[in-house]
Amino acid sequence: MTHEQHIGWALLVPLVAALLTTLNGTRPNLREGCTLVCAGALFLIIASLAGHVFAGARPQLTLLEVVPGLAIAFRVEPLGMLFALVASGLWVVTTCYSIGYMRAHHEGHQTRFFACFAIAIFAVMGAAFSQNLFALFLFYEVLTFSTYPLVTHHGDDKARRGGRTYLGILLFTSVSFLLLAIGWTWVLAGTLDFQEGGILTGKATPTVLAVLLALYAFGTGKAALMPFHRWLPAAMVAPTPVSALLHAVAVVKVGVFTVMKISVYTFGTGLLQDTGISLWLMYVAGATILLASLVALTKDNLKARLAYSTISQLSYIVLGAMLANSWGVIGGSMHIAMHAFGKITLFFCAGAIYVAAHKTEISDMRGIGRRMPITLAAFFLGSLSVIGLPPFGGSWSKWFLALGAAEAHQVALVAVLMISSLLNIAYLMPIVIRGYFFPAGEEPSRSEVKEAPLLCVIPLCLTATCGLALFFFADTIYGWMLPIAPLVVTTP
Amino acid sequence: MQQHLPILLIITPLVAAPLCLLLRQRIAALALALAVCWSTFAMALWLLEIARNTPGGITYQLGGWAAPWGIEYHVDTLAGLMLVLISGIAAIALSFAPRSIQDEIPAGQHYLFATEYLLCLTGLLGICVTGDLFNLFVFLEISSLSAYALISLGRSRRALTAAFQYLVMGTIGATFILIAIGLMYMMTGTLNMADMAERLKRTIELREQTVVVHQTRTILVAFAFLSVGISIKMALFPLHLWLPNAYAYAPSVVTGFLAATATKVSVYMLLRFVFTVFGVQFSFQTLPFDVGLMALALIGIFAASTTAIFQTNIKRMLAYSSVAQVGYMALGISFASENGLTGGIVHMFNHALIKGGMFLAMGCLVFRLGSVELTDLRGVGRRMPLTMFAWVLGGLGLIGVPVTAGFISKWYLISAVLERGWWPIAVLMLLSSLLAVIYIWRVVEVAYFQEPPETDPPVQEAPLALLIPTGLLIGANIVFGLWTTLSVGAAGEAARQLLGASP
Repeated sequence: MTHEQHIGWALLVPLVAALLTTLNGTRPNLREGCTLVCAGALFLIIASLAGHVFAGARPQLTLLEVVPGLAIAFRVEPLGMLFALVASGLWVVTTCYSIGYMRAHHEGHQTRFFACFAIAIFAVMGAAFSQNLFALFLFYEVLTFSTYPLVTHHGDDKARRGGRTYLGILLFTSVSFLLLAIGWTWVLAGTLDFQEGGILTGKATPTVLAVLLALYAFGTGKAALMPFHRWLPAAMVAPTPVSALLHAVAVVKVGVFTVMKISVYTFGTGLLQDTGISLWLMYVAGATILLASLVALTKDNLKARLAYSTISQLSYIVLGAMLANSWGVIGGSMHIAMHAFGKITLFFCAGAIYVAAHKTEISDMRGIGRRMPITLAAFFLGSLSVIGLPPFGGSWSKWFLALGAAEAHQVALVAVLMISSLLNIAYLMPIVIRGYFFPAGEEPSRSEVKEAPLLCVIPLCLTATCGLALFFFADTIYGWMLPIAPLVVTTP
Repeated sequence: MQQHLPILLIITPLVAAPLCLLLRQRIAALALALAVCWSTFAMALWLLEIARNTPGGITYQLGGWAAPWGIEYHVDTLAGLMLVLISGIAAIALSFAPRSIQDEIPAGQHYLFATEYLLCLTGLLGICVTGDLFNLFVFLEISSLSAYALISLGRSRRALTAAFQYLVMGTIGATFILIAIGLMYMMTGTLNMADMAERLKRTIELREQTVVVHQTRTILVAFAFLSVGISIKMALFPLHLWLPNAYAYAPSVVTGFLAATATKVSVYMLLRFVFTVFGVQFSFQTLPFDVGLMALALIGIFAASTTAIFQTNIKRMLAYSSVAQVGYMALGISFASENGLTGGIVHMFNHALIKGGMFLAMGCLVFRLGSVELTDLRGVGRRMPLTMFAWVLGGLGLIGVPVTAGFISKWYLISAVLERGWWPIAVLMLLSSLLAVIYIWRVVEVAYFQEPPETDPPVQEAPLALLIPTGLLIGANIVFGLWTTLSVGAAGEAARQLLGASP
């Protein structure tokens, strides 16, 4: 199989999964078996492609040219490869988790759920591999629409309202800012291709470039930069597996991935550094990091707290992209992977607690650690990874980002990163402490161990362990990301 | 046969129309009409292929009389594209008809429906094919009169008042166009479009002064009459008042057919007059036609989209959406640049597919539910999943989501605006498409999130005879969102011809 065929298969397999799921709607075991097999196959395809890409290959595939200059084309580079690797790997894990969660919870419309999930993964693969802004925008929008039925899965009034906010903000930003920016780039540069060094150098005045960058940064609503972040907490009405994979990993990471791609391949890091147009966006990102963490402190609903935590963490990556120096780009890219494993663990745990104990509010979770020791242990590990303490993967990406901010002489931003870590401790640790050390109150079954189904528990243990293991593989990821970093740095 | 194609295209439906009347038998009349429509479509495709490969387009002299004296038919890329569009939509919509009109039109009138439908098709095709101004007016009247009759076939009695309203407005429009043609004939002594374009540039002696013909007051007045007349016919804001009722109360097939073709043909007339007869120089530099058109287009887009949001009758809502979409076409034309015109023409093509498909989907809903009120659509997404899925896909096209045809036209319009550096207009255009999100999603929420009412027996999916034509048009909306060689290719060619024909 050539590399080009790999790309084709990576797009085809999720679609096949969606088709098989739909066809086997009345046979749940077969349906979920198909999804699982496809997820596994996709991961193997991506993994075998990754080896080549990280070795320096840049496979390309042009699907079709829609109008002259606008092509649905793919070109795999390290950043997209890393993202696809993380997303496809976690799809396998999440599928197992979904089966456990959806069955234990007797959710309806499971066929629609698994089919839309597969289509969303298809869109993520397309976005990760896209060769130009048009293809990226196309898959970005496919992702928005394919996740709408997942967000509104319960079909009640709350879901409808959540879905409205979700679609409203994502479409508003993408249509009125992102599409405008893409059109403008097309008129200025005459191309939409992602190229090393960017396509906009010398094409417009710094003022125009600054406006354009702002349009991109805010237009990518999925990156949840404040004040366009409200859709993410709204999306929490979805079943937990959706929140876990899509709203902690796939959808939001497509957002920050887009920002990173635009910073590296459309503007070019050199242009951003020379003109300094990204400075104020760094402060916006810094403000989002702090404000979202503060809001997270006030949330009693576990999923809402995690959602605000995600908003805060996403801005780390945006910050890295806007710093546009080696440390920033590498730290930001690495954070895509590191945060994914940490946050998905936390969401898995939130879902497991909901399934086993039917609790959603943190104040009700006293003593939960005695009933669900494994889940809470995993939650603890995930929290440490998100906070960024060694020996967890998250510590590396935060370290690099701090280095990047220091290199740019932004002491204030270094301080923001440090304060944010403290805030992370403040909003995540009380959950663990409450779970382990507070008495369970009037619960009759307080001494009884009652974990969620195995299919839920195994995935969350797996991702928690990965978060730990990534600490030791940071060097590998660092090596993978080196080619996209603006200046080659010798040692971390 | 090949050189007679332009006339065959017109003659076939024209002759078949009275035949349907004579047949007086439901099945025979509809079968004949169907055969005629599909063969017209085939001929149109063939004609477009020839026209695109003939530099300067095909000309056909009626009865062998040479151009300025006899009537000349002229098919260039734009006309060819319009012919394909109109005949294609007519064929697909008529395939939808036999099942759909069973409930909506009394069986005894079915042969009349077929007759009027074919006459309307003749008129619309004729307008696009002719190179003669008076002939154009004749075809305009044929299509308009049969359209009034078609609308009045609607089941509800309000169809009669809607048709009457359209009759009054349409007649005023047509009369204005006739007055303009008369004035132009008075000044130039010719009715042939190419010849007239030539003669408008000549100089004449007027009250001991030498003036260029198109600077005379008579021609200015003619231009004014024309633009108002055509604006009424194409339902450009604020002259759109006839349209919402006409579309809302006509039988489903008729709405689908007229919404996709009638206003588009008027846009075609506008392009013909402004670019081919008067010329870019006169329309856009001597007269501030672009500014006026752009202002009306933008106001129209916002006013009509906002009105659409508040409609409870979904057919009316889509009708207002049509008024807004005409605004996009006018906007494209007002730029008078290659990308702008391409965008306008492609949007004409794409919107016809989208709206045609959506109105046919409405026809499916009417067939099963008997109503198009928003409150009656509760939970219909569960009862008629395929129909609603088609409707939503069409809606995404209206919004302009990538992969649908609507995105292609929007992309061209936006690049045309940004080329000029008018970014505030680009922002307005993009914001206006968000209004489409609101009115489409209102329906989506009702159809998918509310419980369907308990009926006995429960509402079922529409029959295949209705679903297949709907699916064809909606599918075309996706196909032309990904494969644009035909739509954008021909539109771009047409735009270059229009701009090049009159430097």
